Amino acid sequence: MTIGSAGAVLRRMLPHAEGVRAVSTATVDRHKPDQGSVPPEAARPNWFGLTFGLPAFVWQLALFATPLVFLVVMTFWQVVNFRPTPAFVDDNWVKLLSAGYFWDIYFRTFLYGLLAAAVASLMAFPLSYLLAFRASANIRWLAVFLLITPFFTSYLVRTYTWKVILTGNGMVNAAFGYLGLGPFAMVNNLFGTLVGYLTLVLPLVILLQLFSLAYVDRNLIEAAHNLRCGALRTVFQVIIPSAKIGLVLAATFAFILSFGDYVSPTLLGGSRPPTLSILIVDVVKSGANWPEASVIAVMMSVTLLAVCFAALIFAYGRGGRRA
Amino acid sequence: MSGRRLFTLLLWCYAGAVFAFIFAPIVVSFIVSFNSDRFPTLPLGEFSTQWYEAIADDPTLWPALRRTIIVGAVVAVIATLLGFGAAYTDYRFRFFGKNFYLALALLPPTIPVVILGLAMLVFLSQIGLFGQLHSVILSHVVLCMPFAMALVRLRLSQMDPSMEAAAWNLGASEWRTMVEIILPFTLPAILSALFITMAVSFDEFAIAFFVSGFAETLPVRILAMFQGQVSPRINAIGSIVFTVTMALVILAQVALLARNPARTRLAVAKAAAGESTDHG
Repeated sequence: MTIGSAGAVLRRMLPHAEGVRAVSTATVDRHKPDQGSVPPEAARPNWFGLTFGLPAFVWQLALFATPLVFLVVMTFWQVVNFRPTPAFVDDNWVKLLSAGYFWDIYFRTFLYGLLAAAVASLMAFPLSYLLAFRASANIRWLAVFLLITPFFTSYLVRTYTWKVILTGNGMVNAAFGYLGLGPFAMVNNLFGTLVGYLTLVLPLVILLQLFSLAYVDRNLIEAAHNLRCGALRTVFQVIIPSAKIGLVLAATFAFILSFGDYVSPTLLGGSRPPTLSILIVDVVKSGANWPEASVIAVMMSVTLLAVCFAALIFAYGRGGRRA
Repeated sequence: MSGRRLFTLLLWCYAGAVFAFIFAPIVVSFIVSFNSDRFPTLPLGEFSTQWYEAIADDPTLWPALRRTIIVGAVVAVIATLLGFGAAYTDYRFRFFGKNFYLALALLPPTIPVVILGLAMLVFLSQIGLFGQLHSVILSHVVLCMPFAMALVRLRLSQMDPSMEAAAWNLGASEWRTMVEIILPFTLPAILSALFITMAVSFDEFAIAFFVSGFAETLPVRILAMFQGQVSPRINAIGSIVFTVTMALVILAQVALLARNPARTRLAVAKAAAGESTDHG
């Protein structure tokens, strides 16, 4: 068998075999090309493949997909004698969706999420721009390393520390005191909640924006510069449209994380007014009303799916990738 | 040109402010943990290790820490094994329903932990697995596996696709290729996956809060302390955990740098040579 035909057979069998010939030419002619050792149907899972692929599939199907489906089932159950009991009633849905307080909390949580996404995106962009276009490679890598560090610290402890810093007679108000200002109320209100959300999402948003800006075609910027397009105009008419997908993705992640966060609105926002996560925990803790909590969780999931879908359409739709 | 310079300078000042915001809680947490005041403010009190002594004497913390370490270690191993398998499957095979497979493997971190926690609570209590340490382990693997998968998959995409095919071509079996080519090449990613999944599990409290029952893990215990009282002991715990985590991460980085990817190419040659002597 010639080397060429062996290569052709391999290429047909293996999806990644484009470079096989280059490696094999040197060696194949020393041995007899042993076709038996090339796995037949290498691109399709065999027993070898199933050994690697199946455990993760089974685990996630049993312990991720099934619980989520069961959560939807639970919304139709009834609470009898403080115990969730199998049934098929729409009481939980009717009760919650007709309650004014639920919609108050729902829209407030949604607005908080939008606010966090907007503030985080706006705060992050100048920094991502600086790191992507004005900083040296070494500085950029140092910044990326620093931005990854917070992921290894406890979000709970960081939130707690913000409370120490921002509280009525905390460090920031003491500093203001020296200037003859304050004290300002910075916790147990929306400001505190927002500081918490930013603690959670800001490093991630900067990293995602930075990666999307890194893929902007430098020739476009060069061209804009040669055409005497000013720096700010270049940012708005070239860079932002080019990096749109990544920027929208970063904002979407900020929304998802803030929308579902329990820690910031509880510890820095003071739980009052509540968000959907606080409502779920309250409903579960007081009275163990799992069906009702499940309705809230399903409503949250549907909302997040809708937001992700809308974000994808917005990112890939009108305006395109190129300016 | 000087306008442009001024603009860049302003941007750098702004960058400093944003980094100060991100690192303020981390730095202040360290300072507060060594500060004598119970309600820290400016000016700071005296240097003191009293909060560290207080946590050493706290009888509820040590069992919680022990549980967290057990959960973290077991979760890291299982999640990395499963994640490696899923990443290799995505890298190597094409099959019907692959998009569903990938969605199942990668989606968990995008679901808010409160929802995931509630779903696990409702489901695990139905099948009688609620309120024990293994409830936390089962749930955390779901959350952590995607991180392991992403890390290994990234590493695999850096591999020369012809390397594996070359090994088969030279007569190595699929298993032998796995052991001598894929595993050595992805070892750095496997190590980082172990550390990252452990770190994620260490810090996760919402799911643990729902499913752990009386088997509280450390973050759940911290949340309970939080609601009970204000105390710099929380900062002391946080500082210890942060120091240990960063030490592990830096060790992982050092281990990574010590391993040269070129060795994998050597392994191809060695596998080939070994195989040819087997046949000869």
